[in-house]
Amino acid sequence: MLAKSKDNRLAFAFIATAFLFFFIGTICGLLQGLVRGGVIKQLPYWLDYYKVLTTHGVSLALLFTTNFIYGFFFAGVHKTMGNLSAKVRAAGWGGFWLMIIGTIMAVVTVLAGDASVLYTFYAPLKASPFFYIGLALWVIGSWVSGIAMMAHYFQWKKQHPQETTPLFGYMVVGTNLLWITACLGVAATVVLQMIPWSLGMTDKINILLSRTLFWYFGHPLVYFWLLPAYAYWYVSIPKLIGGKIFSDSLARLSFILFLIFSIPVGFHHQLMEPGIGEGWKFIQVSLTLMVVIPSLMTAFSMFASFESAGRRKGATGLFGWWKKLPYGDVRFLSPFLGMLFFIPAGIGGIINTSYQLDEIVHNTLWVVGHFHITVGAAVVMSFFGITYWLVPHLTGRTFSKSMNRLGILQVVLWAVGMFIMSTAMHVLGLYGAPRRTAYSTYGNDPVALDWFHGLVANQLYLPIGAFLLFLSSMLMVYLFIHLAFLAPKATADERVDFPISEAEHPEEKPPVILDKWKLWVGICVVLILLAYSVPVMDMLHHSPASPGYRTW
Amino acid sequence: MHIHRYEKYWLGFGFCALVAFIIFMFITAFVNGHHPSGGSEVIDPTHVEKTPPFDNPGLHQTGENEYEADIVAMAFGYKPNKLEIPLGAKVKFVITSQDVVHSFTIPQTTVNMELVPGHIGTKEYTFKKPGHYLVLCNEYCGAGHQMMKMEIEVLDHASKK
Repeated sequence: MLAKSKDNRLAFAFIATAFLFFFIGTICGLLQGLVRGGVIKQLPYWLDYYKVLTTHGVSLALLFTTNFIYGFFFAGVHKTMGNLSAKVRAAGWGGFWLMIIGTIMAVVTVLAGDASVLYTFYAPLKASPFFYIGLALWVIGSWVSGIAMMAHYFQWKKQHPQETTPLFGYMVVGTNLLWITACLGVAATVVLQMIPWSLGMTDKINILLSRTLFWYFGHPLVYFWLLPAYAYWYVSIPKLIGGKIFSDSLARLSFILFLIFSIPVGFHHQLMEPGIGEGWKFIQVSLTLMVVIPSLMTAFSMFASFESAGRRKGATGLFGWWKKLPYGDVRFLSPFLGMLFFIPAGIGGIINTSYQLDEIVHNTLWVVGHFHITVGAAVVMSFFGITYWLVPHLTGRTFSKSMNRLGILQVVLWAVGMFIMSTAMHVLGLYGAPRRTAYSTYGNDPVALDWFHGLVANQLYLPIGAFLLFLSSMLMVYLFIHLAFLAPKATADERVDFPISEAEHPEEKPPVILDKWKLWVGICVVLILLAYSVPVMDMLHHSPASPGYRTW
Repeated sequence: MHIHRYEKYWLGFGFCALVAFIIFMFITAFVNGHHPSGGSEVIDPTHVEKTPPFDNPGLHQTGENEYEADIVAMAFGYKPNKLEIPLGAKVKFVITSQDVVHSFTIPQTTVNMELVPGHIGTKEYTFKKPGHYLVLCNEYCGAGHQMMKMEIEVLDHASKK
């Protein structure tokens, strides 16, 4: 099966790249925790805190996630819709290498100290042009790979006009459309504003416009991380627990709703800033909250499939099915723990976007705690669960019981570390402790000293949590290497499969309208224009431009 | 498309809660006037120190028990770096940055302003407790970001007399 291994090799290249940056990023995370808690008060000058912080954010939030998602997606579209055509596969590789070139350019400038601008790179902080050019290449590469996957889906659909498209493929298309539409914002600010400015072709930059374009991208970015985890929850988890997909159509509808409501909402990250009218902020806050609907749909679906799987195994009573879930299977346990984290994380997200409440938490450690339990727990723990079967599936090796036990240790360490760290971060945030800040007592100010003396609100929990997370991540990297290169080759009946569930009601076809992508993208564009046109025109005409600064 | 009866209840409840929540937020914002910091004025970010009111930063009385605090943020500090404010006075903070993006944040209050160069941020606040307040920058601004701070002393004149 040479063709099969060709597609899987592409998927594996993405996954291996993802784990390289997982390794780098989590080491940086440990260093930050140690500094922030005051265990190491000052890093050596060549390893400045903000350089470490930039590397942590870029490695984990951008590089680990995106590479992992593409590896998972390529493996899944191959599994559900067959071999990629030679052209599609070549485009997939083309995108991969463009992303690698872009990544090297950005990472080298960060490590050289020429781009300590954090992964949000807000102007007028001015990094080396190589940083911005690297980012642009990386985004273009991700588009090329994303379009390749979508092409595979539409080719399949053309060849199977009477059949329902595979749910996994549908979700891949939804996620990639979201990603491409979202990236238009960051591409605009990087290519049209930052590259000419950093090369000295223009001497000033419109800061508010740049921030707005960034957050047009920045919020859907978090759904781009989340939707692949949802794809795993909807498509694979029912199979792992011996159940079926609760409703294929509603799963598709929830992805459409995410596509529509995740982009015209970026102002909820800019609620504290001048230059944006209160009415426009409020409109985007309201649109942000619409995401509650697909989130509630997903929660319902998950628990419904848990319950029906449990009852199928003979569970009785109202909650008997809880006992029938396979907690000893890391492929289930890891995303399940992630789901539990996602309940407070979702509530926290509603708080963050709630206009006035944001005043208390904006840019405090609360926000850091929030995204460590969303992307750092719900999403990443789903990715861990995927890794344990996807890597042996791709490499044709075995996944043994002892590997599963080590896997359980790994995810429990992660969950405990994350719980300790994120709880302290949330509470510290309520007391005003700032995010993205090196060790500081602000000249022994009593307000700041309290952040080292609280029972829960204590920055010492950060290095404790970070240390457990570090242990877990090193174990994960070891297990990845083992499953990729060292585990015994699987015989035919040991082969690890990509779990794809069946629908509870396969006879029920999803409504044709759900496949009308032009309609959904059209609605998405209309909402974006409604939410952004007037304020962006205002920024173009009124926001003053500023020269660049290098303050690090 | 079939939707389970319980799911209809669940989504119906969620949607109603959402609408009620947005209406409540709308009333507190636009009827009661509780808005986060904002501001529509602009300024040339390269000439901040020559442009009023930032050519004379500090606390200025604007009415009976009403003040305006004009402050300039820069890497890595504020001008002035200390303010004394009478207890119970209504203070309007008017702040801009002369270089990169900063914030003006008073922990444990609702004063949390993002300062975008070229724009002037405003926020009204009344201090109800006397004593010392720390002001810090919570938007990364460079190598000295963790040192960027100022102090506010809220003075209870009545109790001194």
